[in-house]
Formats: sequence, C-alpha cells, structure tokens
Amino acid sequence: MTGHALDTAAIKQQFPLLQRRLNGAPLVYLDSANTSQKPAVVIDTIADFMRHSYAPINRSAYQLAAEATDLYEGARSKVQQFINARRVHEIVFTKNATESLNLLAYSWGRANLRAGDVVVLTHMEHHANIVPWHMLVAERGIVLRWVPLTADGQLDLTTLPQLLDGAKVFSFTAMSNVLGTITPVQQLCAAAHAAGALAIVDGCQYVPHNVTDVQAWDADFMAFSSHKMCGPSGVGVLYGKEDLLEAMPPFLGGGNMIADVRLDGFTTADLPAKFEAGTPPITEVVGMGAAVDFLTGLGMANVRNHEMEVAAYAQRTLTERFGDDIQLHGPTNIEVRGATFSLGFRNIHPHDLSQVLDQKNVCVRAGHHCAKPLMRLLGVTATARASFYLYNDTDDVDALADALDGASDIFGY
Amino acid sequence: MPGLEDLYREIILDHHRNPRNRGELPPPAPHAVGHNPLCGDEIEVFLQVTDGPEGLTVSDIKVGGQGCSISQSSASMMSQAIKGKPVAEVQALVRRFKGMMSIPDEHGNDIEPDPSVKLGDLEALQGVVKYPVRIKCAILGWNTLLEALEQA
Repeated sequence: MTGHALDTAAIKQQFPLLQRRLNGAPLVYLDSANTSQKPAVVIDTIADFMRHSYAPINRSAYQLAAEATDLYEGARSKVQQFINARRVHEIVFTKNATESLNLLAYSWGRANLRAGDVVVLTHMEHHANIVPWHMLVAERGIVLRWVPLTADGQLDLTTLPQLLDGAKVFSFTAMSNVLGTITPVQQLCAAAHAAGALAIVDGCQYVPHNVTDVQAWDADFMAFSSHKMCGPSGVGVLYGKEDLLEAMPPFLGGGNMIADVRLDGFTTADLPAKFEAGTPPITEVVGMGAAVDFLTGLGMANVRNHEMEVAAYAQRTLTERFGDDIQLHGPTNIEVRGATFSLGFRNIHPHDLSQVLDQKNVCVRAGHHCAKPLMRLLGVTATARASFYLYNDTDDVDALADALDGASDIFGY
Repeated sequence: MPGLEDLYREIILDHHRNPRNRGELPPPAPHAVGHNPLCGDEIEVFLQVTDGPEGLTVSDIKVGGQGCSISQSSASMMSQAIKGKPVAEVQALVRRFKGMMSIPDEHGNDIEPDPSVKLGDLEALQGVVKYPVRIKCAILGWNTLLEALEQA
C-alpha cells in the first residue's frame, strides 16, 4: 500500500477545539505529548453513546445492555487490530498507561520478584516507568539497573548484555516524552529475551504516532493511553501475551473480575475481565474505539511520514533562525526521533518562555515532564517542550519561531 | 489577557539577572529547601538568626537554587527585605506578601493588608496575581523561608 500525504488543513477542520480563537487569534497547540486534542468523530461517538446506547456491560440480559456490551467489546477488537495483538483478550482496559505499568509491577512483580532480582530500566523513562519499580525496591529489595544514554540522546547499548545479565525484567519506553527518541524496540525485546528477561514496552508516546505491531516486536507487555491518541482521557491499555496474563494474579478485586465468590474465597474470571474489576470507563472505551478508527482511516504510516516532515522542518527552521541561541535536545536524525522537541532558548527559563509564548497562543509545556532523573542528566531542572501531532503543520512551526522572537525582546537577550 | 509588562517589570528582571544574597551559610545555619513539584523549581534558604536589641533577628540570609525569573527574583527581593530585620517583622512581612498574592491565612480567610508593613520593591511582584499559575513561583522562596525560620 502506498502512503499519501496528510491534508492537515482538512484534518484541523475536524478538531473543534483547534477552531477556537483565543483573544482574537488562532490557537497553536504544541502540547500533544502531554495530551492530544479530539476530533469531532470521537466527541460525537461519546455523545451518541451516552444519548442512545449507554448501559452496563457484561452483566445484564436486556437488549440495551447487550448493545452497550457489543460497542465496548468492539472497541477492544479495534485496539487489538491497531497494535496487531494475536488475541482480543490480550487487551486489558485500564485507567491510563501509568495504571497499566503499576498493574504489572504490582501483580506480576509481586508474584515473581524477590530480593536481589534485577529490573533494567533506561535513563529516558518517565516517572510512570520508574516509581512503580522504586516501590518494589523499597518493599522487596529488588535491584534496578539503568541503560545510559549517548550524547545525542539515544540509548547507549554498548553494555546492554552486561546490564541484562541475570535480569528478570527489561522495561523501556518506545519513544521518549522528553527527547523524542524512538528506541529500537524489536532489538531491545530480543536482547531481553536472550537474557531470559521479560520485555515491557511503555508505548504511550509511540503508539499515537507510529505503526505498532506487538507481535513483530515480540513484546511481552505494552502500556499506552487513549488520551494521547485522539481519544478521551480515563482509559488506557495493557497489552500482555496470553500465557503471561493467565499466569498473573489479579490486580484489583471486585465485580466483573470473578468467576465465583464464596464465603471462603473466589475464583477469577477469564481474560480480560480478570483485570477489569468494577464498572470500567465504558463511555471512554467506546470513545477510544472511535479514535482508533479515526487514526486507522488516516493510516499510521502516513501519520508518521507527516510528523517526520514537520520534525525536519522544525529542526531546520529553528536552527536557521536562532543558531546557537536555541538548544534542541535529543537526536538530530529524523529516522530515530518523533516530532517532540525539548528546547532551551537563550538563558530564558522554560516557565518564562512558555508564559511569553502563551501571549501568542502557542501552547508548550514547561517543566520536568515527569522525568526528573533525565532532567538531571541533561543538566537542567526544566525544559520547554513543543510536541507536534497529525493536526500540526509547518505554519505551527513558523508560529513557534515567531513567538520565540518575541521572548528575546522581553528578556533583552 | 493582561500585557506581560505587568508581570516582567524591570526590577524583577534586574533581580533575576543579578540575584542578591546568593550563596550558602555553613552548618549549623538554619536551612530549608523548597521544591515546586510541578515544575522543578528549587529554592534554598540559609539563615543566621541572632539575639538583637529587638529580640531574635535575621542577621544574615543566603539564597540558592534555580528556577524561573519570578521564583528567583521574588526570593532575591525577599532576602534584601528581611536581612537585618527582627523575626517578628519578618513574619509580618511574609503575611503581608502572602496577602498581596491572594493567599488566604491559616483559617482560609483573606489577609487584610497591614499598612504598617512596607513592601518596598516587593510591590513590583503585584502583577503576578493576574497569572494564577505563577503565584506558586512567587511564593516558593517565602514558604522556604518560613521552614528555615522554624529551625532557628
């Protein structure tokens, strides 16, 4: 199948919020690595579902409940196909990617990790893939090892075999939320397996922007969130290989996750209900299904190509206009990065920078991006981050550059 | 939206570029570190508190840390304003400053401005109140000062 260029003007039209004018001027939304905006089709699907089809799922016999259940489970099938999972029940709905990773650390980790067991992480993880493991360090005495970074913000794999030697788990991001770096996921999964370790992929920055194939990767688990991929907040996904999910103890206990409850105990339901205790985010899951259809309609390979073009244009424009005054963190090679740029600009603190950019309706995140260990390695306490998505184009890059010019005026650099 | 000139007054930018009383005091100087967990800003306050004619007095203060222009200039101006002042006056100034930042007192009530407490240059920070997100930047040094005072 040959790709086609995204028609960004037409795509922007499909996002009601991007039509909004603030103080008489259009919005330039460059914070999609934080959370993405929603197309009308997702908003409408959610509203239609609540108006016409909302009902409990998996527990009532009437027609309306069956309809709601079909829509909920239909979304699971869409997600399965979107990431090419082998079985539909390998898709577990959670609250977000953070909960998915916590579920793994809690359920798999507590069943399988003992004092001295090694978990390998990387220096570019965000807090959701660090703190749950720190909690096991405190509780179980497991040991963490860290894959370092190269000077240009890629994983330094020269010592990977030694780091993985004897490890039980290798948990790593597929794309850095700070540096934009895309990691060699398939190679990392193979290295983990060669060492006898499980491979856990944090896909929350990667999945919204790229073709994802968990079988090609041979990932054991993968976590990602709906809200970064044009879907609603409040729902995320844990993908896991069937045999691994089967062997894991349940996480939260309650309704829906049981086959039977007696006075002396319980037996768990089959996958995926075993990990979906209580009433799930029904509406949000249905909305996520609509987001997956929207993305599939555009074609993820086309999305990736579009973002590579925008990223290349951003690198070129910002470097040409500001030279040494701008510092772009992360790889320069577009092949191994997404369109997420952490930047330093002159000596202006990221907070001040984002405040000044906000005057021009340019929305960027300033802060540590929930990745404080990485910030320390970069030698900064914070960065400003501009992250582009399928609805951004080169005009947005120009708007960012123009707004940066205004920042110099105020701070007199 | 208000113009940014209300926020970035010249005196604020001056304190940002040339922070006053920058540095550290050796142990056992009362010392506290304040973090803004949302953005990573950090301020360190070191005090020397001695007995003076008007009771306990902040005879020296040093400020460390890093962050945005508002957090750093606010801490710099604060250090200038309280150096050499009796602790009781310092506490009244903290209260007055928090009132200017629209921060309620410990009972959740508005703080009435006390006209006997002079803000001086600190009045330049008044514009911050129009940018609610930045109030926590302006107040970080002051909360850190209170923590350090508790150790004195």
